[in-house]
Amino acid sequence: MKKNVLFLQGNEACVEAALYAGLDFFAGYPITPSTEVAELLSYRLPRKGGKFIQMEDELSSMCAIIGASLTGKKSMTATSGPGFSLMQEALGFAVMTETPCVILNVQRGGPSTGLPTSGSQGDVMQARWGTHGEHAIITLTASNNQDVFAMTVEAFNLAETFRSPVILLLDEVVAHTRERLIMPEQGEIRVVERLKTSVPEGTDYHPYLPREDGRLPMSDFGGIHRYNVTGLAHDMWGFPSTNPEAVYELMRHLVDKIQGHTHQIAMTKEFYIDDAEILLISYGSSARTALHVVEDRRQRGEKLGLLELQTLWPFPDGIVKKRCSGVACVIVVEMNMGQILHEVKRVSDNPGNVFLANKIDGSFIAPADILNILRIIQGKGA
Amino acid sequence: MAVRDYIRERFFPHLWCPGCGHGTIMGAMIRAIENLGMRKNNIVIVSGIGCSSRICGYLDFHTLHTIHGRALAFATGVKLSRPELTVIAPMGDGDAFAIGGNHLIHAARRNIDITAIIMNNNIYGMTGGQSSPSTGYGDFATTAPYGNIDRPFDVVKLAIGAGASFVARTTTFHVTSMIKIIEKAIKHKGFSVVDVLSQCPTYYGRKNKFSSAVEMLKYYRAHTTPIGSKDKENNPELIERGIFVDEQLPEYCEEYEKIMQTASQGG
Repeated sequence: MKKNVLFLQGNEACVEAALYAGLDFFAGYPITPSTEVAELLSYRLPRKGGKFIQMEDELSSMCAIIGASLTGKKSMTATSGPGFSLMQEALGFAVMTETPCVILNVQRGGPSTGLPTSGSQGDVMQARWGTHGEHAIITLTASNNQDVFAMTVEAFNLAETFRSPVILLLDEVVAHTRERLIMPEQGEIRVVERLKTSVPEGTDYHPYLPREDGRLPMSDFGGIHRYNVTGLAHDMWGFPSTNPEAVYELMRHLVDKIQGHTHQIAMTKEFYIDDAEILLISYGSSARTALHVVEDRRQRGEKLGLLELQTLWPFPDGIVKKRCSGVACVIVVEMNMGQILHEVKRVSDNPGNVFLANKIDGSFIAPADILNILRIIQGKGA
Repeated sequence: MAVRDYIRERFFPHLWCPGCGHGTIMGAMIRAIENLGMRKNNIVIVSGIGCSSRICGYLDFHTLHTIHGRALAFATGVKLSRPELTVIAPMGDGDAFAIGGNHLIHAARRNIDITAIIMNNNIYGMTGGQSSPSTGYGDFATTAPYGNIDRPFDVVKLAIGAGASFVARTTTFHVTSMIKIIEKAIKHKGFSVVDVLSQCPTYYGRKNKFSSAVEMLKYYRAHTTPIGSKDKENNPELIERGIFVDEQLPEYCEEYEKIMQTASQGG
């Protein structure tokens, strides 16, 4: 059968994937460089009976998708740095109330208004710790259209599986690069639907009582079970509780359900890695340059390899630790001042051999930016 | 059904102070819903943060206790997603006019079918008596120890200016008319704002020389008057109560329904 091949932007690939995953509800606010997502969905969603609303700001966009998700709809919003900052409080509400939703943050240069039309990977730690309080979070990223599609679908899947907000952390370069997307057929990529309770009407339903496997079946808010949802620490009924035992159980559950499933959530891609002596670790648009350098040097017989991270949070400790062992050195390639570098150093047995090749001026990482570091490491001078 | 059938009694006693007006508003909401003969499963309550917002735990409906100021934003998500549900958003004055002021005016502008009930006690109660956007000029609060120099919002004018299609004001003294007004607000197709003056004897009262909750209720009796009354002509300082606006305008979810029809026909 002839494949459906499209030529489009990363933001458009994300929209195609969200619809493939069953997106029913989008709320958003215009912001560069993510605006195309809202524009496209305002056209596409009503055609399939889905809901689109342009809210008054990013705070309300985040709140609206949580409200919609609780009623049983797959929901998402899309934004960039300043808007992502505004969403943090409500994002924590989604964590606390275990409401599945997807937040696309197309990273641009920051802080503040920064470089609205330039690429950056400066929000990696904000994705991890942007909302207040101890918590775990899932964050995915991608470097090309095909992966943007796969990771977007996976973001929805993980949101439903773990009843958690999932952050899709793209960057401006990926979002605005026009390239090929081979549109997957229906059924080609797994789509996870919401786990709903089988508790019948009239029988007590506990919205926050995890099953043995840690999952919590949901009941559509506004449906047959009336229950309370609160951002306060709560018991299995969803009622506010300050009982240390109940709070402890809740906190452990919120963190363990994600950290304890890192092996299931952690996704990476490996290129020329088995015999690699120099390992590059990268993600997003930076990984494209890193891959170019690896392939170029391989042609000259130099044993470089690339570990591309697709899951940033929970950090794939096990995979990174394993791949860092046995290589002469590791170079982390990213468009910030070392946000993933420090994670790699944390898990590596030899943190002294982990180096950074980065760019923070809004321009794209060029092969020379990596090669310059490589020359210094190899003792060839700057 | 009896009032207690709408209440989650096992979560009592509630945390409202003795003499607080918020319980009176909750009672009026329940009676209005009872009078309308609505099914409990069709009603969603969305609240923000503060004394008012704790109403969520006590009412046996679908209840969503959200974050400060954002009740209407969450409520918009619920309503647009499931337009067949009746969505009521009880909010405090800080919730509705300060941190959430933007959401109030935009919900009004969209005319989305949500009933906003403002439990307006002119103070931040939960945090201990700070001044709010409805604290009067010259009033005292824990953050206005020398008297409040901020001018308060005229809530009714604000809601009308933002385009709300149903705007009313009542007080916790005028319970019978409050029930009727809430009934009409819920039945109204579009965004409704009901400003309910509610006494906070613990903080607002104590800071502003009201000796008791009863004194505050007497104040509502003496200082409010029905819209367009003769008393108002003689004493322009009186606060008017009643229904200021009740008009039929295109409702947001119905408008969106039309968009879906146009779009699905490939328009």
